[in-house]
Amino acid sequence: MEAGQPAQRKAEGARDGARPLLSVRGLGIRFKTSQGIWQATRRIDFDIAPGERVGIVGESGCGKTITGLSILRLLPGNFAGLDGKILFDGTDLASCSARQMRAIRGKRIAMIFQEPMSALDPVFTVGHQIAETLRVHTDVSYEEARAKTLEMLRRVGIASPERRIDDYPHQLSGGMRQRVMIAASLICGPQLLIADEPTTALDVTVQAQILELLRDISETSKTALMLITHDLGVVAETCTRMITMYAGEVIEDATVDEALVRPLHPYTSGLLRSLPHLSPRHGRLPSIPGRVPSIAEMPAGCRFRARCAHAAKGCETEQKLQDAGGGRKVRCWRFAELNLPGALHPPDTPAAAKVATQ
Amino acid sequence: MSAASAERRGEPIVSVRDLQVRFQTSDRRATVKAVDGVNFDVRRGETFGIIGESGSGKTTIGRALVFLLKPSAGAILHDGIDPLALSRGEFQSHRRDYQIIFQDPNAALNPRMTILASVLEPLELARVGSRAERERQAREALERVGLPQEFGERYPHQLSGGQKQRVVIARALTLKPKLIVCDEVVAALDMSIRGDVLNLFADLQRDLGLTYVFITHDLAVVSHISERVAVMYLGQFVELGPTEEVAERPLHPYTIALLSAEPRPLPSAMREESRIVLQGEVPSPIDPPSGCRFRTRCPHAQPLCIDRVPEWRELKPDHWVACHFADRPNFSPNTLETTP
Repeated sequence: MEAGQPAQRKAEGARDGARPLLSVRGLGIRFKTSQGIWQATRRIDFDIAPGERVGIVGESGCGKTITGLSILRLLPGNFAGLDGKILFDGTDLASCSARQMRAIRGKRIAMIFQEPMSALDPVFTVGHQIAETLRVHTDVSYEEARAKTLEMLRRVGIASPERRIDDYPHQLSGGMRQRVMIAASLICGPQLLIADEPTTALDVTVQAQILELLRDISETSKTALMLITHDLGVVAETCTRMITMYAGEVIEDATVDEALVRPLHPYTSGLLRSLPHLSPRHGRLPSIPGRVPSIAEMPAGCRFRARCAHAAKGCETEQKLQDAGGGRKVRCWRFAELNLPGALHPPDTPAAAKVATQ
Repeated sequence: MSAASAERRGEPIVSVRDLQVRFQTSDRRATVKAVDGVNFDVRRGETFGIIGESGSGKTTIGRALVFLLKPSAGAILHDGIDPLALSRGEFQSHRRDYQIIFQDPNAALNPRMTILASVLEPLELARVGSRAERERQAREALERVGLPQEFGERYPHQLSGGQKQRVVIARALTLKPKLIVCDEVVAALDMSIRGDVLNLFADLQRDLGLTYVFITHDLAVVSHISERVAVMYLGQFVELGPTEEVAERPLHPYTIALLSAEPRPLPSAMREESRIVLQGEVPSPIDPPSGCRFRTRCPHAQPLCIDRVPEWRELKPDHWVACHFADRPNFSPNTLETTP
């Protein structure tokens, strides 16, 4: 298989019949709770092509994080079972042995999290922790591992890595720690990097640096990126495709441009419309009434129905993730008749834009 | 509110003069200058936004405005009065007019108290009216923030995040404050709910003549809700002006970079490709850089910026900035970047 072009805005990748790197089919995750077994997610289907950058977006509790964790089989203690398939380069991660999984985890699929401080061990130097991944997965000498670690630290934009390699995590700032995490995740040259809210804990100017780094690394090393976030702006800046989740299901799958300009699902549209914009306007913000149904009392049929302005007779039946043409998918039977607004705010020209053109 | 307060709209309700707030580090060896010389007025009836990154001192200012923290130097006047000069009893009743709401409603509500009991508490502490009168006022406040009657009998865990934040807003309203400091009040809420809560703030302001100081790191939120906005960096204001001016015609390089860094949910054709990505991170407020505090990250820093603290000046009407070069006609990243 070709390593794949760096995914372009015009989503090629998965659409062109190239074999996907990751193919998730019918994935569902169940948990044990004191009130019985809860189905956290169900019927999750999506593909990620080699080198493609895909955003998984949704609000808290929609199942985006648990979907990321399940790909690496990093599931919490009350995990009760998993349905469906997670095909990664031909191997089903949902059913492969723990040993096979260990050989993939950290080497071919890596993950970074929101809070780098809790992901780094405070009693080891950052150099040690980055090199450890390499030494576990490959047969390198201590010197080689150190040299590669230095190179990787430089690659992720850490100034004077010779000095930083022997620092402990507490000696680094939040942005530098996240760079260290990225270095550790990339040291074995993974084909897929799963990043769960990697910039949520960072300031906006540092966030811009980290997103640029992720985009750049994905393009130059052809690493596919699965970016889990609640921030549609982050997805628009970083990814080419956007998968929207709601109440444990995928409800829309489209290129970022398509989803932003003409969303097909009323929930995606509602989200886009509820965002306050950079330019000042003191009008009312449209919002989505009601709240996400609780896992314990999921309605039958469309799960967004109770909050949807377009709900009609027919929405109470089970909704399939259906093909909407042009490689788009949507879980709404009315998509063809609805003409939903997207990020239709006029192209704001805040200062930055003006300055850039001066 | 009353006609008198409507007439006085625009007059300063809070005046901050040379405000400094310093903290000792835990080993007592160093001093953190969390707020270091800030001057501004909040005008009656307006929403005054303060944006800044973590460690800029914005939360410290918010707490000082309602005297949860005592200024180390400088003065904060409420309606021309220095609350610190009041007697203890006078101070207690004075501060009811100046409320604060925090980011996390979970931490602000006692899980063992019903919603009604939480909202009643300030009225009880202030010994307002009879028991029946207090309950009537508390229920009225809950209704005003859009919560149905039966919510009074519920406990915080039975409510969603957005509903809990409404309860906290209702509680702040019970004592009929003049000003509310809102510190990251929508940051913990999901995006579909943020709009609702921001709309509620706008409604309450219109109906009750409230003044807000809105503290946030979120540019989109601040520019949506505020009339004027201040940009904070390392304990100081770098720019202050009408929101539209600051958002569309910023004067300070930090504001320009901040606006440029904000990720925008726009399709690729509508976004700017060239953005300014600042290098490095915010220096420590224990030992801030000499001269201009932003100079270590500023793409246009000159020798002058090391030597001299930029003056806080009103460059355009009502639009203040602290930058030596903000008034240069050729001031733009492209022209200055080539200057050594």
